Amino acid sequence: MLAALGLSSLDELFSDVPCGHSKTEGVPYEPMDEFSVKSCLERMLSKNKLYGKRCFIGGGPWFHHIPSALKHLISRGEFLTSYTPYQPEASQGMLQALFEYQSLISELYGMEIANASLYDLPTAIAEAMLLSARVTGRRKFIVPSSIPKERAAVLRGYGEPQGIRIVEIAYDGAGRLDREALLKEADQGAAAVYVETPSFFGTVDAEIEEVVEIAHDVGALAVVGADPLSLGLLKSPGECGADIAVGDGQPLGIPPGLGGNGLGIMACRLDNCILRQMPGRIVGMTRTAVGEGRGFVLALSTREQHIRRQRATSNICTNEALLAVAAAIYLSLAGREGLRKIADGILRRTDYAVRRMKECGLRLPFSGLHFRDFAVEVADPDGVNTRMRGIGLSGGRDLSKDFGLAALLFAVTELHSKEDIDELVNATGWAAHG
Amino acid sequence: MDERAFRQSRYDEPLVFDLGREGREGLSFPDFSEPRVLEVPSQIRRKDLRLPQLSEVEVVRHFTRLSQMNWGIDTGPYPLGSCTMKYNPRLNEEIASLDQIQMIHPLQSDDELQGALELMYRLERLLSSLTGMHRFTLQPAAGAHGELTGCLIMRKYFKELGEDRGEIIVPDTAHGTNPASAAMAGFNVVEVPTGPDGCIEIEALKGAVSAKRTAGMMMTNPNTLGIFEKDVLEISRIIHEAGGLLYYDGANLQGIIGRARPGDMGFDLVHLNLHKTFSTPHGGGGPGSGPVGVKGLLEGFLPVPLISEDGRGKYRLSWDAPKSIGKVRGWYGAFPVLVRAYCYLLSMGGSGLRLSSGIAVLNTNYFLRRVEGIRGFSTPFQGIRRKHEVVISAEPLLEETGVTAMDVSKALLDRGLHPPTVYFPQVVRESMMFEFTETETRENIDRYVEALREISAQAYSDPQTLKRAPENTAAGRLDEVWANHPRTMVLSHRMRQMKRG
Repeated sequence: MLAALGLSSLDELFSDVPCGHSKTEGVPYEPMDEFSVKSCLERMLSKNKLYGKRCFIGGGPWFHHIPSALKHLISRGEFLTSYTPYQPEASQGMLQALFEYQSLISELYGMEIANASLYDLPTAIAEAMLLSARVTGRRKFIVPSSIPKERAAVLRGYGEPQGIRIVEIAYDGAGRLDREALLKEADQGAAAVYVETPSFFGTVDAEIEEVVEIAHDVGALAVVGADPLSLGLLKSPGECGADIAVGDGQPLGIPPGLGGNGLGIMACRLDNCILRQMPGRIVGMTRTAVGEGRGFVLALSTREQHIRRQRATSNICTNEALLAVAAAIYLSLAGREGLRKIADGILRRTDYAVRRMKECGLRLPFSGLHFRDFAVEVADPDGVNTRMRGIGLSGGRDLSKDFGLAALLFAVTELHSKEDIDELVNATGWAAHG
Repeated sequence: MDERAFRQSRYDEPLVFDLGREGREGLSFPDFSEPRVLEVPSQIRRKDLRLPQLSEVEVVRHFTRLSQMNWGIDTGPYPLGSCTMKYNPRLNEEIASLDQIQMIHPLQSDDELQGALELMYRLERLLSSLTGMHRFTLQPAAGAHGELTGCLIMRKYFKELGEDRGEIIVPDTAHGTNPASAAMAGFNVVEVPTGPDGCIEIEALKGAVSAKRTAGMMMTNPNTLGIFEKDVLEISRIIHEAGGLLYYDGANLQGIIGRARPGDMGFDLVHLNLHKTFSTPHGGGGPGSGPVGVKGLLEGFLPVPLISEDGRGKYRLSWDAPKSIGKVRGWYGAFPVLVRAYCYLLSMGGSGLRLSSGIAVLNTNYFLRRVEGIRGFSTPFQGIRRKHEVVISAEPLLEETGVTAMDVSKALLDRGLHPPTVYFPQVVRESMMFEFTETETRENIDRYVEALREISAQAYSDPQTLKRAPENTAAGRLDEVWANHPRTMVLSHRMRQMKRG
């Protein structure tokens, strides 16, 4: 091939590169064979501690069951090694799978439209904030102060360049957005109110409609966050009147992976203004050019960066498509009954854990129904975590740093048996009381 | 070549909503034997949940069939320009699926995550030395997310300096994400044109630069025409003399990896696409990873946390960075993607990476040489060496036969050859941007040349047949207008039911 170009070495192809081409740059060792790479990685990674289902850390990511069929399906090379489906005729499989993801998420969240994924929940809320600002022309975004600091940091990063002010509203003793405080802040300058149920503390707000109404009364949009598994049983954002719904897709068959497997869910109701401002890929169903048969294509591309450039609704290009397919497979496997059972199972386990904690003399900072996550007061969260780790349990998320609460946030899922929960409760009691 | 030799699977596969039966489930999990029944108040109970009901085997068959109607690197060549669709080594998949990667929690203590932290630390050091940068954040989730991170860093940097600089310069050949990211970070975008040599016009750049307004310039090098920006050192001087910063879009790093470093060319910030140059799979659109590297003067602005090593082999997440832009996503980055990239770097070594850019560039220039002279296709920027990708134009074909670059793409599909990126970059009309990468075989590159020759002959003899292509794929040519028209648009099963009334 070099001869066809009249060249004698590869280096001649780089004679126009003005720097560095005389030495091997950057990676100071020789290629390694497959066996050696594997041994090297296994040795390094053995230093990670695995808790398995003895991990009870709340606030996400969570340890839920991952169906074997799902793992195998998303490992298929045709899905795994494909690019964004720019040539629809050869990419019908990925397009249909993403259309089904959008459809399943729409049903679950009670909305009409979902995009084919954003990076994770924090960036999904941030995109919902920017979307609300574009739709309303306003520059204030109201959020509960119960969101963790790292999420608030993402919102500030996305909001500041657009002149968006983020206002945090206090929560009450049931972990709910304080209605009085909200009424004071919700005014004609508000682009949207963000509220979530279950909250970061796991508390379920039974009257989300009130918040939606307060937002709508001042012409702001209502952005409602919900955990996808909780929606097997609990009322959907759509039923509560939300304009935009967001969620963390990780519980839908995606492993925790050090928090690195994000899946940002975003759905909206069928409203032309919102739809035209939606960020991210959206797959649409269509017909063939000759008018027969059905097929799928990327729709509404004129919103996107490769066409609209600086006037695009977002810069997002690469997203979390394969994890969206995983979520679609999960929802297809679970189905209507399975999802209801999982939600019910988690609610009952959480209820049991909360009850047992109280029986053990521990106090909970928040009252009312919880889903999966729940906080428990302890005088010295860091010390309790250390003691629990000493007996092979993960401990919980320390709420003192973000919220000034002397408490740990735990989570129980469908993987935990009664005995597992008893062990958690006893260990917490032991570690807290010394 | 017999074009009938290729057939993609084609099923009339129903939507998952139209499969299954009442009462079926494909998932089981442990029961909870607690006698107390929990009553969920009716006001928070959802009314209905219209999810499908399938058994496990039905779900497996459905998604297996869908996968068979999808093109991947595993099924054939995939020369999308600027996408670097190289082979995704299966070793990396095996490592990334280990419990030690997938079943760890980001809030375990640093002591319990030493393996993960060490891997990320070592990856960061390798990326830094490969690009000539001081430090990297591994947090951004994708290339465009890296660009946004970089632009937010530039914004914060000038804010700290007390300078109000509101403009970012991008060439007209830039990826669409560059101007979109700059706008998201609050900048106005100033575009500079490409000259007849396929490089940025220096005089135009001088006119666009302002010592008051210019915050920086975003550049892809080699650019999206596959041409190395020969004046990069001069551009760096112009931008820096105006007090601006120079940003490197790493989408095209494949063109120079292991041979030249952006840091040595004067770039102050870099993002890399681990899902391109570093062999991690694209998964139909993601997950990817877009780490951002910076020179020393910008280190303090990187998102938190960074990973530090205490000199005794202990690794820590360090959150202490008062000038940091904060966070751009949850947690620490797309960890399983980072693992794959690290495995790739170990497998390749320095000499392997250098060889990879050599072969990728050889493949491109070999293809260009062979494609020259095929009737109907022009090769703009004649006589200029390409790097890892090349843009050819089907403009003569369109003018003489009415056959478009899109028609050519569909005809390639019928021959079992995935088309290149089309209609980008916009500076070339009827553009077709090929990037074979170092993992494509010579035989397959020759097949593309032969296919283009055949398609050209067909265009001049029987152009109407080409308008009917593709016929051998899972679907025939699709109606984009129908998909986007408000009256016929269907974006979910729910919308389909509403339209049906």
